[in-house]
Amino acid sequence: MGRQTPLFQLHRELGARIVDFGGWDMPVQYSSQIGEHHAVRRAAGVFDVSHMCVIDLKGARVRPFLRALLANDVDKLVRPGKALYSCMLNESGGVLDDLIVYFLSDSGFRVVVNAGTRDKDLAWIRRHAREFDVGVLERTELAMLAIQGPEARAKTAKLLSRVGAATALELDTFVGREIDGWFVARTGYTGEDGFEVMLPASDAERVWRELNSLGVASCGLGARDTLRLEAGMNLYGNDMDESTHPFESGLSWTVAMEAAGTARERQFIGREALEAVKAQGSPRKLVGLLLEERGVLRGHQRVVVPGLGEGVTTSGTFSPTLERSIAFARVPAATGQQVQVDIRGKLLNARVVKPPFVRFGQALAQ
Amino acid sequence: MSKVPADLKYTKTHEWLRSLPDGTIEIGITDHAQHALGDLVFVEVPEAGRVLKAGEPCAVVESVKAASDVYAPVTGEVLAGNPKLASQPETINTDSYGEGWLMRVRPTAGGPATELLSPAEYTKLQQEEGD
Repeated sequence: MGRQTPLFQLHRELGARIVDFGGWDMPVQYSSQIGEHHAVRRAAGVFDVSHMCVIDLKGARVRPFLRALLANDVDKLVRPGKALYSCMLNESGGVLDDLIVYFLSDSGFRVVVNAGTRDKDLAWIRRHAREFDVGVLERTELAMLAIQGPEARAKTAKLLSRVGAATALELDTFVGREIDGWFVARTGYTGEDGFEVMLPASDAERVWRELNSLGVASCGLGARDTLRLEAGMNLYGNDMDESTHPFESGLSWTVAMEAAGTARERQFIGREALEAVKAQGSPRKLVGLLLEERGVLRGHQRVVVPGLGEGVTTSGTFSPTLERSIAFARVPAATGQQVQVDIRGKLLNARVVKPPFVRFGQALAQ
Repeated sequence: MSKVPADLKYTKTHEWLRSLPDGTIEIGITDHAQHALGDLVFVEVPEAGRVLKAGEPCAVVESVKAASDVYAPVTGEVLAGNPKLASQPETINTDSYGEGWLMRVRPTAGGPATELLSPAEYTKLQQEEGD
């Protein structure tokens, strides 16, 4: 038996199928994975993401600490509440994890890291925090819900006080703040509008049931995976890990080699290794694939690139929105428009596209 | 609890077999199997004329989550694959014992077959697997 979130018993009661995910017993689906997927694209769904690890960082030198720790530049964060997506790299430029960091105050930031990398991340963060005299506090007493979809914000606001609801509905994209004792952020992992809410574990079950009664569908990790893949978002451990760097993982946009708003070089862990990669040019890149034939792409399938060699799919699934199969693949950097994927010994044609595949309910790749 | 019709035979790998009056058999996957797989999105059935050996993979059923092989329960010749499944694989989710049949096979007389289970035996197997 794995670790359980505060909502585990409720998931069982709601008929969820439970699977192991990074050492946690998590709901993969309640009724139909495709139904849950469409609920998020068309209305609203709620996910239990309490397995993710919330870490508060405190200290006068927390900002310089994060400038050194993260490949993206926290100096982009000027307004309190603003969030930033970043990789945390090792010295060789490999991705230790991807995370969201929130700027709360001059002496306090919050980071949210993946469940499967929790222990490794905490050890790494604590090790580097010492010289900056930054305190590292894991907030295990918090539950976390992701409420996603075009109706998600309006429905979530119904659970807040009048003032709280107004404040929540005014939040800009990628901004979070304390509201009615919860931390409400306009973030997500589905390509739809919505909130991620960190709240006391003791509130979680009541909030989930109230969301259900407002028509917000219970959604499992299965739908979360198809939604994030359609949205062109990487999954740590599939699409990048310690053996790959951001430039070959579709994450160049998250690496800030220069200090925010300047041409001045900035120092961070992994920078030297990335410079070497940059000088030579990355031999591989991560692309989106759209299968042109019947079948389903999955991770770890061989990709044949005519004249250039081979690559491999890193994530793949059936896209409920496009009603065909999509994938991410790591392929030679010069790969053009067309590749073939080896599915059970048959080479099937796939087209190379730039993710995302779907955004705000609309198909972008056809 | 998954449905286990009393007039069928079953395999340990979750296929069902229906004996038809003309001596041929119809093969599909069980309600338990479709439920475990979740929403089916792709099905590949063998073409008519293919000769199957008992125990070999003869079809593929893929859900959003995963791909799964279907194993031939008997040795014999494929008479037909269900043509409906190419465009409507979800038929297996809605009617796994009827419209969602996978293939019809003419068994080789006296040919080998995998171990077949009675409905009671298959129900017991499901319980052991935690259905």
